[in-house]
Amino acid sequence: MNPLDLVRARPDAAFRLTFDGRPIEALPGQTVAAALWTAGEMSWRTTRGSGTSRGVFCGIGVCHDCLVTVDGRPNLRACLVPAEPGADVRTQEGTGHHDD
Amino acid sequence: MTEPPRLAVIGAGPAGLAATLAAAARGVRVTLVDAGQGPGGQFWRQPAPELRARRPQALHHQWRTWKRLRTGLDTHLTAGRVTYLTDHHVWCVERESAGFTVHALLGPEQERPVSVRADGVLLATGGYEKVLPFPGWTLPGVITAGGAQAMLKGGLVLPGRTAVVAGTGPLLLPVATGLASAGARVVAVVDSTDPRAFVRRAGVLVREPTKLAEGAGYAARLLRYGVKAVMCHAVLEAHGTERLEGVTVAALDRRGRPVPGGTRYITCDTLAVSHGLLPHTDLADGLGCGLDGSAVRVDAEQRTDVPGVWAAGEATGIGGATLSLAEGHIAGRSAAARLRGILPDPASWAPAARTRTRLRTFFTALDSVYTPPARWAEQVTDDTVVCRCEEVTAGAVREAVGGLGAGDLRTVKLLTRAGMGWCQGRVCEAGVAGVAGCPPTPGRRLLARPVPLGVLAEAGDEGGAGGGA
Repeated sequence: MNPLDLVRARPDAAFRLTFDGRPIEALPGQTVAAALWTAGEMSWRTTRGSGTSRGVFCGIGVCHDCLVTVDGRPNLRACLVPAEPGADVRTQEGTGHHDD
Repeated sequence: MTEPPRLAVIGAGPAGLAATLAAAARGVRVTLVDAGQGPGGQFWRQPAPELRARRPQALHHQWRTWKRLRTGLDTHLTAGRVTYLTDHHVWCVERESAGFTVHALLGPEQERPVSVRADGVLLATGGYEKVLPFPGWTLPGVITAGGAQAMLKGGLVLPGRTAVVAGTGPLLLPVATGLASAGARVVAVVDSTDPRAFVRRAGVLVREPTKLAEGAGYAARLLRYGVKAVMCHAVLEAHGTERLEGVTVAALDRRGRPVPGGTRYITCDTLAVSHGLLPHTDLADGLGCGLDGSAVRVDAEQRTDVPGVWAAGEATGIGGATLSLAEGHIAGRSAAARLRGILPDPASWAPAARTRTRLRTFFTALDSVYTPPARWAEQVTDDTVVCRCEEVTAGAVREAVGGLGAGDLRTVKLLTRAGMGWCQGRVCEAGVAGVAGCPPTPGRRLLARPVPLGVLAEAGDEGGAGGGA
Protein backbone atom coordinates (compact mmCIF):
# COMPACT_ATOMS: atom_id res chain seq x y z
CA MET A 1 0.00 0.00 0.00
CA ASN A 2 1.09 3.57 -0.61
CA PRO A 3 -0.73 6.83 0.21
CA LEU A 4 -1.96 7.33 -3.36
CA ASP A 5 -3.51 3.88 -3.51
CA LEU A 6 -4.99 4.24 -0.03
CA VAL A 7 -7.18 7.15 -1.15
CA ARG A 8 -7.42 5.93 -4.78
CA ALA A 9 -5.78 9.06 -6.14
CA ARG A 10 -5.68 9.40 -9.93
CA PRO A 11 -3.60 12.52 -10.51
CA ASP A 12 -2.46 13.77 -13.89
CA ALA A 13 1.00 12.74 -15.00
CA ALA A 14 3.96 13.63 -12.80
CA PHE A 15 6.13 16.52 -13.94
CA ARG A 16 9.79 17.24 -13.55
CA LEU A 17 11.65 19.80 -11.54
CA THR A 18 15.25 19.81 -10.39
CA PHE A 19 16.75 19.58 -6.93
CA ASP A 20 20.34 20.83 -6.85
CA GLY A 21 20.45 20.24 -10.59
CA ARG A 22 19.19 16.66 -10.40
CA PRO A 23 15.80 15.88 -11.96
CA ILE A 24 13.06 14.77 -9.54
CA GLU A 25 9.34 14.20 -10.07
CA ALA A 26 6.29 15.77 -8.46
CA LEU A 27 2.56 15.30 -8.82
CA PRO A 28 0.23 18.19 -9.60
CA GLY A 29 -0.97 19.71 -6.31
CA GLN A 30 2.01 18.67 -4.22
CA THR A 31 4.23 21.10 -2.36
CA VAL A 32 7.99 21.30 -2.86
CA ALA A 33 8.43 19.44 0.44
CA ALA A 34 6.13 16.61 -0.72
CA ALA A 35 8.09 16.34 -3.97
CA LEU A 36 11.38 16.19 -2.08
CA TRP A 37 10.07 13.52 0.31
CA THR A 38 8.88 11.45 -2.65
CA ALA A 39 12.38 11.71 -4.11
CA GLY A 40 13.78 10.40 -0.82
CA GLU A 41 15.23 13.77 0.20
CA MET A 42 14.82 14.72 3.87
CA SER A 43 17.13 17.74 4.15
CA TRP A 44 17.55 20.80 1.94
CA ARG A 45 18.88 23.48 4.20
CA THR A 46 21.92 24.11 6.36
CA THR A 47 21.66 26.37 9.40
CA ARG A 48 23.24 29.81 9.67
CA GLY A 49 25.25 29.00 12.81
CA SER A 50 26.53 25.44 12.84
CA GLY A 51 25.73 24.61 9.22
CA THR A 52 23.79 21.47 10.15
CA SER A 53 21.15 19.91 7.90
CA ARG A 54 17.44 20.54 8.32
CA GLY A 55 14.25 19.56 6.53
CA VAL A 56 10.54 19.47 7.35
CA PHE A 57 9.71 19.62 11.06
CA CYS A 58 6.18 20.97 11.61
CA GLY A 59 4.83 20.47 8.08
CA ILE A 60 2.27 23.29 8.41
CA GLY A 61 4.31 26.49 7.99
CA VAL A 62 4.93 27.32 11.66
CA CYS A 63 8.54 26.30 12.31
CA HIS A 64 10.42 27.64 9.23
CA ASP A 65 12.82 24.68 9.41
CA CYS A 66 12.11 23.62 5.80
CA LEU A 67 13.33 26.83 4.12
CA VAL A 68 14.46 26.30 0.57
CA THR A 69 15.60 28.30 -2.47
CA VAL A 70 13.30 28.06 -5.51
CA ASP A 71 14.21 29.73 -8.81
CA GLY A 72 16.74 31.88 -7.00
CA ARG A 73 14.34 33.01 -4.23
CA PRO A 74 15.60 31.95 -0.80
CA ASN A 75 13.69 31.46 2.48
CA LEU A 76 10.56 29.86 1.02
CA ARG A 77 8.85 27.32 3.22
CA ALA A 78 8.96 24.08 1.23
CA CYS A 79 5.88 22.76 3.08
CA LEU A 80 3.75 25.65 1.74
CA VAL A 81 5.19 26.39 -1.71
CA PRO A 82 3.55 24.45 -4.56
CA ALA A 83 5.91 22.47 -6.79
CA GLU A 84 5.92 23.82 -10.35
CA PRO A 85 7.08 22.10 -13.53
CA GLY A 86 10.67 23.04 -14.30
CA ALA A 87 11.30 24.71 -10.93
CA ASP A 88 14.94 25.01 -9.92
CA VAL A 89 14.93 23.92 -6.27
CA ARG A 90 18.21 24.28 -4.41
CA THR A 91 19.58 23.51 -0.98
CA GLN A 92 19.63 26.73 1.01
CA GLU A 93 22.83 27.48 2.88
CA GLY A 94 22.68 29.80 5.88
CA THR A 95 20.51 32.85 5.29
CA GLY A 96 20.20 31.99 1.61
CA HIS A 97 21.98 35.18 0.69
CA HIS A 98 25.62 35.61 -0.23
CA ASP A 99 26.29 37.99 2.64
CA ASP A 100 26.64 35.42 5.42
CA MET B 1 -33.55 47.61 4.09
CA THR B 2 -30.46 47.81 6.24
CA GLU B 3 -27.34 45.84 5.40
CA PRO B 4 -26.89 42.62 7.41
CA PRO B 5 -24.09 42.74 10.02
CA ARG B 6 -20.71 41.34 8.98
CA LEU B 7 -18.81 38.69 10.90
CA ALA B 8 -15.25 37.67 10.09
CA VAL B 9 -14.54 34.05 11.06
CA ILE B 10 -10.82 33.29 11.18
CA GLY B 11 -10.04 29.64 10.60
CA ALA B 12 -11.94 27.08 8.52
CA GLY B 13 -11.41 24.05 10.74
CA PRO B 14 -14.23 22.35 12.69
CA ALA B 15 -14.90 25.35 14.99
CA GLY B 16 -14.76 27.95 12.22
CA LEU B 17 -16.98 25.95 9.88
CA ALA B 18 -19.60 25.26 12.57
CA ALA B 19 -19.57 28.95 13.51
CA THR B 20 -19.83 30.08 9.89
CA LEU B 21 -22.83 27.83 9.22
CA ALA B 22 -24.57 28.85 12.45
CA ALA B 23 -24.09 32.58 11.85
CA ALA B 24 -24.82 32.58 8.11
CA ALA B 25 -28.10 30.75 8.70
CA ARG B 26 -29.18 33.54 11.06
CA GLY B 27 -28.92 36.67 8.98
CA VAL B 28 -25.25 37.51 9.24
CA ARG B 29 -22.91 38.08 6.31
CA VAL B 30 -19.85 35.93 7.05
CA THR B 31 -16.35 36.28 5.65
CA LEU B 32 -14.48 33.05 6.36
CA VAL B 33 -10.74 33.70 6.28
CA ASP B 34 -8.35 30.75 6.24
CA ALA B 35 -4.68 30.03 5.57
CA GLY B 36 -5.38 26.67 3.91
CA GLN B 37 -6.03 25.89 0.27
CA GLY B 38 -9.44 24.45 1.16
CA PRO B 39 -11.71 24.19 4.21
CA GLY B 40 -11.29 21.60 6.95
CA GLY B 41 -8.39 22.89 9.01
CA GLN B 42 -5.72 20.44 10.10
CA PHE B 43 -8.31 17.91 11.30
CA TRP B 44 -10.02 17.59 7.90
CA ARG B 45 -7.03 18.58 5.78
CA GLN B 46 -7.78 17.30 2.26
CA PRO B 47 -5.48 16.06 -0.48
CA ALA B 48 -4.80 18.79 -3.06
CA PRO B 49 -7.69 18.66 -5.57
CA GLU B 50 -5.23 18.02 -8.42
CA LEU B 51 -4.32 14.70 -6.77
CA ARG B 52 -7.92 13.60 -7.46
CA ALA B 53 -8.36 11.35 -4.47
CA ARG B 54 -11.52 9.26 -4.88
CA ARG B 55 -11.49 7.95 -1.32
CA PRO B 56 -10.00 10.72 0.85
CA GLN B 57 -12.04 9.40 3.79
CA ALA B 58 -9.49 6.58 4.12
CA LEU B 59 -7.32 9.09 5.98
CA HIS B 60 -10.11 10.64 8.04
CA HIS B 61 -12.58 10.34 10.86
CA GLN B 62 -16.09 11.74 11.28
CA TRP B 63 -16.41 11.86 7.50
CA ARG B 64 -20.19 12.25 7.54
CA THR B 65 -19.89 15.35 9.73
CA TRP B 66 -17.32 16.75 7.31
CA LYS B 67 -19.62 16.12 4.34
CA ARG B 68 -22.47 17.89 6.13
CA LEU B 69 -20.29 20.93 6.91
CA ARG B 70 -18.89 21.02 3.38
CA THR B 71 -22.38 20.88 1.84
CA GLY B 72 -23.58 23.57 4.26
CA LEU B 73 -20.70 25.84 3.32
CA ASP B 74 -21.35 25.34 -0.39
CA THR B 75 -25.03 26.19 0.07
CA HIS B 76 -24.19 29.45 1.86
CA LEU B 77 -21.52 30.29 -0.73
CA THR B 78 -24.01 29.82 -3.57
CA ALA B 79 -26.58 31.95 -1.76
CA GLY B 80 -23.98 34.69 -1.26
CA ARG B 81 -24.25 34.64 2.53
CA VAL B 82 -20.62 33.56 3.00
CA THR B 83 -17.44 34.80 1.34
CA TYR B 84 -14.64 32.29 1.68
CA LEU B 85 -11.04 33.47 1.38
CA THR B 86 -8.42 30.71 1.07
CA ASP B 87 -4.65 31.12 1.37
CA HIS B 88 -5.17 34.21 3.55
CA HIS B 89 -2.63 34.26 6.37
CA VAL B 90 -3.97 36.60 9.06
CA TRP B 91 -1.25 38.47 10.92
CA CYS B 92 -3.27 40.99 12.92
CA VAL B 93 -6.84 41.97 13.78
CA GLU B 94 -7.22 45.66 14.40
CA ARG B 95 -9.94 47.13 16.62
CA GLU B 96 -11.48 50.32 15.35
CA SER B 97 -14.16 52.70 16.60
CA ALA B 98 -16.84 50.85 14.63
CA GLY B 99 -15.74 47.28 14.08
CA PHE B 100 -12.60 45.48 13.09
CA THR B 101 -10.10 45.16 10.27
CA VAL B 102 -8.57 41.76 9.65
CA HIS B 103 -5.14 42.05 8.04
CA ALA B 104 -3.92 39.08 5.99
CA LEU B 105 -1.11 38.18 3.64
CA LEU B 106 -1.78 36.24 0.49
CA GLY B 107 -0.16 33.34 -1.23
CA PRO B 108 2.51 30.80 -0.39
CA GLU B 109 5.12 33.53 -0.08
CA GLN B 110 2.73 35.59 2.07
CA GLU B 111 3.64 38.97 0.71
CA ARG B 112 0.49 40.51 -0.79
CA PRO B 113 -1.57 42.33 1.85
CA VAL B 114 -5.37 42.21 2.03
CA SER B 115 -7.71 43.63 4.64
CA VAL B 116 -11.25 42.58 5.55
CA ARG B 117 -13.70 44.81 7.44
CA ALA B 118 -16.23 43.33 9.85
CA ASP B 119 -18.57 44.28 12.70
CA GLY B 120 -17.55 41.25 14.76
CA VAL B 121 -14.72 38.73 14.77
CA LEU B 122 -14.81 35.05 15.62
CA LEU B 123 -11.42 33.48 16.33
CA ALA B 124 -11.25 29.79 15.40
CA THR B 125 -7.49 29.77 15.10
CA GLY B 126 -6.93 26.22 16.36
CA GLY B 127 -3.77 24.98 17.99
CA TYR B 128 -0.27 23.91 17.16
CA GLU B 129 1.96 21.17 18.31
CA LYS B 130 4.11 21.08 21.39
CA VAL B 131 7.39 19.20 21.03
CA LEU B 132 9.90 19.09 23.87
CA PRO B 133 13.60 18.96 22.97
CA PHE B 134 15.86 15.92 23.27
CA PRO B 135 19.33 15.14 21.89
CA GLY B 136 19.10 14.66 18.12
CA TRP B 137 15.66 16.25 17.62
CA THR B 138 16.99 18.63 14.93
CA LEU B 139 18.06 15.77 12.63
CA PRO B 140 16.24 15.59 9.31
CA GLY B 141 13.80 12.70 9.65
CA VAL B 142 12.60 13.86 13.07
CA ILE B 143 9.25 15.55 12.46
CA THR B 144 6.24 16.47 14.50
CA ALA B 145 3.49 13.86 14.59
CA GLY B 146 0.97 16.41 13.35
CA GLY B 147 3.37 17.44 10.58
CA ALA B 148 3.69 13.86 9.37
CA GLN B 149 -0.11 13.63 9.36
CA ALA B 150 -0.52 16.97 7.56
CA MET B 151 1.96 16.02 4.83
CA LEU B 152 0.21 12.68 4.42
CA LYS B 153 -3.34 14.08 4.32
CA GLY B 154 -2.48 17.03 2.08
CA GLY B 155 0.30 15.79 -0.18
CA LEU B 156 -0.20 12.01 0.05
CA VAL B 157 3.45 11.48 0.95
CA LEU B 158 5.32 9.60 3.66
CA PRO B 159 8.52 10.86 5.27
CA GLY B 160 10.32 7.51 5.16
CA ARG B 161 9.89 3.77 5.30
CA THR B 162 10.43 2.87 8.94
CA ALA B 163 8.87 5.08 11.59
CA VAL B 164 8.73 5.43 15.35
CA VAL B 165 5.88 7.53 16.75
CA ALA B 166 6.68 8.91 20.19
CA GLY B 167 5.87 11.40 22.93
CA THR B 168 2.63 11.72 24.79
CA GLY B 169 -0.98 12.52 24.04
CA PRO B 170 -4.04 11.30 22.18
CA LEU B 171 -2.57 12.31 18.79
CA LEU B 172 0.01 9.50 18.72
CA LEU B 173 -2.45 6.68 17.95
CA PRO B 174 -4.21 8.27 14.94
CA VAL B 175 -0.87 9.40 13.52
CA ALA B 176 0.62 5.92 13.87
CA THR B 177 -2.52 4.38 12.34
CA GLY B 178 -2.45 6.82 9.44
CA LEU B 179 1.22 6.22 8.67
CA ALA B 180 0.80 2.44 8.88
CA SER B 181 -2.31 2.37 6.68
CA ALA B 182 -0.49 4.47 4.06
CA GLY B 183 2.33 1.95 3.86
CA ALA B 184 4.95 3.01 6.40
CA ARG B 185 6.40 0.35 8.66
CA VAL B 186 5.64 1.74 12.12
CA VAL B 187 8.04 -0.17 14.36
CA ALA B 188 6.93 1.31 17.67
CA VAL B 189 4.55 3.74 19.35
CA VAL B 190 6.34 5.03 22.41
CA ASP B 191 4.21 6.87 24.97
CA SER B 192 5.71 8.18 28.20
CA THR B 193 2.37 8.12 29.99
CA ASP B 194 2.05 5.85 32.98
CA PRO B 195 -1.08 3.68 32.51
CA ARG B 196 -1.79 4.06 36.23
CA ALA B 197 -2.63 7.69 35.55
CA PHE B 198 -5.60 6.48 33.46
CA VAL B 199 -6.78 4.33 36.32
CA ARG B 200 -6.70 7.32 38.67
CA ARG B 201 -8.95 9.31 36.32
CA ALA B 202 -11.06 6.32 35.24
CA GLY B 203 -14.19 7.74 36.89
CA VAL B 204 -14.27 10.69 34.50
CA LEU B 205 -12.88 8.93 31.44
CA VAL B 206 -15.46 6.10 31.36
CA ARG B 207 -18.25 8.65 31.06
CA GLU B 208 -17.15 9.28 27.47
CA PRO B 209 -17.61 5.84 25.88
CA THR B 210 -17.40 7.11 22.28
CA LYS B 211 -13.96 8.57 22.95
CA LEU B 212 -12.79 5.38 24.61
CA ALA B 213 -14.14 3.36 21.69
CA GLU B 214 -12.23 5.62 19.31
CA GLY B 215 -9.00 4.93 21.22
CA ALA B 216 -9.73 1.20 21.27
CA GLY B 217 -10.41 1.30 17.52
CA TYR B 218 -6.96 2.78 16.85
CA ALA B 219 -5.34 0.26 19.15
CA ALA B 220 -7.07 -2.61 17.31
CA ARG B 221 -5.98 -1.32 13.91
CA LEU B 222 -2.40 -0.90 15.10
CA LEU B 223 -2.47 -4.47 16.33
CA ARG B 224 -3.56 -5.59 12.86
CA TYR B 225 -0.64 -3.69 11.33
CA GLY B 226 1.64 -5.41 13.82
CA VAL B 227 2.57 -2.15 15.51
CA LYS B 228 3.91 -2.42 19.04
CA ALA B 229 2.75 0.23 21.47
CA VAL B 230 4.59 0.71 24.75
CA MET B 231 3.62 2.93 27.66
CA CYS B 232 5.95 4.36 30.29
CA HIS B 233 8.72 4.63 27.70
CA ALA B 234 10.36 7.63 26.04
CA VAL B 235 12.77 8.39 23.24
CA LEU B 236 15.96 9.54 24.96
CA GLU B 237 17.96 10.38 21.87
CA ALA B 238 17.73 10.45 18.09
CA HIS B 239 20.87 9.27 16.29
CA GLY B 240 22.34 10.02 12.88
CA THR B 241 24.80 12.27 11.12
CA GLU B 242 23.11 13.86 8.10
CA ARG B 243 19.72 12.31 8.82
CA LEU B 244 17.94 10.09 11.33
CA GLU B 245 19.23 6.54 11.55
CA GLY B 246 17.74 5.33 14.82
CA VAL B 247 16.51 6.19 18.30
CA THR B 248 17.33 5.14 21.84
CA VAL B 249 14.18 4.29 23.77
CA ALA B 250 14.13 3.92 27.55
CA ALA B 251 11.73 2.49 30.08
CA LEU B 252 10.77 5.10 32.68
CA ASP B 253 10.44 4.60 36.42
CA ARG B 254 7.58 5.94 38.54
CA ARG B 255 9.21 9.36 38.73
CA GLY B 256 9.68 9.56 34.97
CA ARG B 257 13.40 8.80 35.00
CA PRO B 258 15.01 6.26 32.65
CA VAL B 259 15.42 2.88 34.32
CA PRO B 260 19.15 1.96 34.37
CA GLY B 261 19.77 -0.77 31.81
CA GLY B 262 16.27 -0.26 30.40
CA THR B 263 17.31 1.26 27.08
CA ARG B 264 17.26 -0.17 23.58
CA TYR B 265 18.15 1.04 20.10
CA ILE B 266 15.57 1.02 17.32
CA THR B 267 16.62 1.52 13.70
CA CYS B 268 14.32 3.94 11.87
CA ASP B 269 14.43 6.72 9.26
CA THR B 270 11.47 8.63 10.68
CA LEU B 271 10.58 9.78 14.18
CA ALA B 272 7.17 11.44 14.48
CA VAL B 273 7.06 13.12 17.86
CA SER B 274 4.49 15.11 19.82
CA HIS B 275 3.96 16.15 23.42
CA GLY B 276 0.47 17.57 23.06
CA LEU B 277 -1.07 20.67 21.54
CA LEU B 278 -1.09 24.35 22.46
CA PRO B 279 -3.87 26.84 21.71
CA HIS B 280 -3.12 29.45 19.05
CA THR B 281 -3.75 32.71 20.88
CA ASP B 282 -1.67 35.32 19.02
CA LEU B 283 -4.59 37.11 17.36
CA ALA B 284 -6.63 37.05 20.58
CA ASP B 285 -3.67 38.38 22.52
CA GLY B 286 -3.12 41.16 19.99
CA LEU B 287 -6.77 42.18 20.38
CA GLY B 288 -6.41 42.33 24.15
CA CYS B 289 -8.50 39.24 24.96
CA GLY B 290 -7.69 37.73 28.34
CA LEU B 291 -6.19 34.26 28.62
CA ASP B 292 -6.88 31.45 31.08
CA GLY B 293 -3.53 29.71 31.34
CA SER B 294 -2.54 29.13 27.74
CA ALA B 295 -6.07 29.39 26.24
CA VAL B 296 -8.35 32.26 25.26
CA ARG B 297 -10.82 33.01 28.05
CA VAL B 298 -14.48 32.81 26.99
CA ASP B 299 -17.87 33.00 28.70
CA ALA B 300 -20.84 30.63 28.26
CA GLU B 301 -21.58 32.21 24.86
CA GLN B 302 -17.94 31.83 23.73
CA ARG B 303 -17.45 35.60 24.01
CA THR B 304 -13.95 36.83 24.84
CA ASP B 305 -13.28 39.78 27.17
CA VAL B 306 -13.26 42.10 24.15
CA PRO B 307 -16.74 43.18 22.96
CA GLY B 308 -17.41 41.94 19.44
CA VAL B 309 -14.83 39.15 19.61
CA TRP B 310 -15.80 35.49 20.00
CA ALA B 311 -13.47 32.47 20.20
CA ALA B 312 -14.13 28.76 19.69
CA GLY B 313 -12.30 25.48 19.29
CA GLU B 314 -8.73 24.64 20.25
CA ALA B 315 -7.88 28.34 20.76
CA THR B 316 -10.02 28.23 23.92
CA GLY B 317 -8.46 24.96 25.14
CA ILE B 318 -7.40 21.75 23.43
CA GLY B 319 -10.33 19.33 23.21
CA GLY B 320 -10.65 17.82 19.75
CA ALA B 321 -13.02 18.19 16.83
CA THR B 322 -16.34 17.38 18.51
CA LEU B 323 -15.81 19.97 21.24
CA SER B 324 -14.69 22.47 18.58
CA LEU B 325 -17.89 21.87 16.61
CA ALA B 326 -20.04 22.47 19.70
CA GLU B 327 -18.16 25.64 20.63
CA GLY B 328 -18.23 26.95 17.07
CA HIS B 329 -21.97 26.36 16.85
CA ILE B 330 -22.60 28.25 20.09
CA ALA B 331 -20.24 31.09 19.14
CA GLY B 332 -21.84 31.46 15.71
CA ARG B 333 -25.35 31.62 17.16
CA SER B 334 -24.36 34.08 19.86
CA ALA B 335 -22.55 36.30 17.32
CA ALA B 336 -25.51 36.21 14.93
CA ALA B 337 -27.93 37.33 17.62
CA ARG B 338 -25.78 39.97 19.24
CA LEU B 339 -24.56 41.52 15.99
CA ARG B 340 -28.22 41.93 15.02
CA GLY B 341 -28.94 43.54 18.37
CA ILE B 342 -30.91 40.60 19.78
CA LEU B 343 -30.32 38.85 23.11
CA PRO B 344 -29.48 35.22 22.33
CA ASP B 345 -31.44 32.44 23.98
CA PRO B 346 -29.01 29.87 25.43
CA ALA B 347 -31.86 27.30 25.53
CA SER B 348 -31.69 27.23 21.72
CA TRP B 349 -28.20 25.69 21.81
CA ALA B 350 -28.68 23.50 24.87
CA PRO B 351 -27.56 20.22 23.22
CA ALA B 352 -24.29 21.83 22.06
CA ALA B 353 -23.78 23.31 25.52
CA ARG B 354 -24.23 19.86 27.11
CA THR B 355 -21.68 18.37 24.69
CA ARG B 356 -19.31 21.20 25.55
CA THR B 357 -19.60 20.65 29.31
CA ARG B 358 -19.12 16.89 28.96
CA LEU B 359 -16.11 17.09 26.66
CA ARG B 360 -14.39 19.87 28.58
CA THR B 361 -14.55 17.70 31.69
CA PHE B 362 -13.24 14.72 29.72
CA PHE B 363 -10.33 16.62 28.18
CA THR B 364 -9.37 18.23 31.48
CA ALA B 365 -9.03 14.70 32.88
CA LEU B 366 -7.20 13.46 29.78
CA ASP B 367 -4.85 16.41 29.96
CA SER B 368 -3.89 15.48 33.51
CA VAL B 369 -3.11 11.93 32.33
CA TYR B 370 -1.08 12.80 29.24
CA THR B 371 1.72 14.79 30.77
CA PRO B 372 5.36 14.57 29.72
CA PRO B 373 7.64 12.80 32.24
CA ALA B 374 8.12 15.13 35.21
CA ARG B 375 11.90 15.12 34.85
CA TRP B 376 12.18 15.20 31.06
CA ALA B 377 14.46 18.27 31.11
CA GLU B 378 17.16 16.30 32.98
CA GLN B 379 17.66 14.20 29.86
CA VAL B 380 18.40 17.25 27.68
CA THR B 381 22.20 17.42 27.43
CA ASP B 382 23.96 20.82 27.49
CA ASP B 383 24.94 20.60 23.83
CA THR B 384 21.35 19.92 22.69
CA VAL B 385 19.90 22.74 20.60
CA VAL B 386 16.66 23.81 22.30
CA CYS B 387 15.75 26.81 20.11
CA ARG B 388 15.87 25.42 16.58
CA CYS B 389 15.82 28.76 14.72
CA GLU B 390 18.57 30.53 16.67
CA GLU B 391 20.48 27.32 17.53
CA VAL B 392 20.53 28.10 21.26
CA THR B 393 21.72 25.14 23.33
CA ALA B 394 20.35 23.87 26.63
CA GLY B 395 23.76 24.77 28.11
CA ALA B 396 23.31 28.42 27.11
CA VAL B 397 19.83 28.48 28.65
CA ARG B 398 21.14 26.91 31.87
CA GLU B 399 24.01 29.41 31.96
CA ALA B 400 21.48 32.26 31.59
CA VAL B 401 19.55 30.91 34.60
CA GLY B 402 22.41 29.65 36.79
CA GLY B 403 25.27 31.99 35.91
CA LEU B 404 23.44 35.14 34.89
CA GLY B 405 20.44 34.86 37.20
CA ALA B 406 17.60 34.93 34.68
CA GLY B 407 14.42 34.09 36.62
CA ASP B 408 11.79 34.20 33.90
CA LEU B 409 11.35 33.18 30.29
CA ARG B 410 11.57 36.74 28.96
CA THR B 411 14.99 37.31 30.54
CA VAL B 412 16.21 33.94 29.27
CA LYS B 413 15.09 35.02 25.80
CA LEU B 414 16.87 38.37 26.01
CA LEU B 415 20.10 36.78 27.23
CA THR B 416 20.21 33.86 24.82
CA ARG B 417 18.04 34.82 21.80
CA ALA B 418 15.99 31.65 22.39
CA GLY B 419 12.61 32.29 20.76
CA MET B 420 13.75 35.29 18.69
CA GLY B 421 14.08 33.49 15.37
CA TRP B 422 11.71 32.79 12.49
CA CYS B 423 9.11 30.84 14.46
CA GLN B 424 9.07 33.44 17.25
CA GLY B 425 9.28 30.80 19.94
CA ARG B 426 6.24 28.79 18.86
CA VAL B 427 8.33 25.63 18.59
CA CYS B 428 10.75 26.15 21.49
CA GLU B 429 8.74 28.03 24.11
CA ALA B 430 7.67 25.03 26.18
CA GLY B 431 11.08 23.38 25.80
CA VAL B 432 13.10 26.43 26.78
CA ALA B 433 10.82 27.04 29.77
CA GLY B 434 11.27 23.44 30.91
CA VAL B 435 15.06 23.49 30.59
CA ALA B 436 15.21 26.89 32.31
CA GLY B 437 12.84 25.76 35.06
CA CYS B 438 10.61 28.79 34.42
CA PRO B 439 6.81 28.75 34.17
CA PRO B 440 5.79 28.39 30.49
CA THR B 441 4.18 31.79 30.05
CA PRO B 442 2.84 32.14 26.52
CA GLY B 443 4.95 34.59 24.49
CA ARG B 444 3.35 37.90 23.53
CA ARG B 445 3.67 38.38 19.84
CA LEU B 446 2.71 41.68 18.31
CA LEU B 447 2.14 40.02 14.95
CA ALA B 448 0.72 36.55 14.50
CA ARG B 449 3.13 35.70 11.69
CA PRO B 450 6.19 37.16 9.98
CA VAL B 451 5.26 40.24 7.93
CA PRO B 452 7.47 41.87 5.27
CA LEU B 453 8.56 45.35 6.36
CA GLY B 454 7.14 46.80 3.13
CA VAL B 455 3.66 45.60 4.16
CA LEU B 456 3.96 47.27 7.55
CA ALA B 457 5.24 50.47 5.93
CA GLU B 458 2.23 50.53 3.62
CA ALA B 459 -0.30 49.49 6.26
CA GLY B 460 -0.99 53.06 7.33
CA ASP B 461 -1.23 54.19 3.75
CA GLU B 462 -4.79 53.81 2.40
CA GLY B 463 -3.63 53.37 -1.17
CA GLY B 464 -1.20 50.59 -0.39
CA ALA B 465 -3.11 48.24 1.87
CA GLY B 466 -4.46 46.12 -0.96
CA GLY B 467 -8.00 45.42 -1.98
CA GLY B 468 -10.65 44.93 0.67
CA ALA B 469 -12.84 41.87 0.40
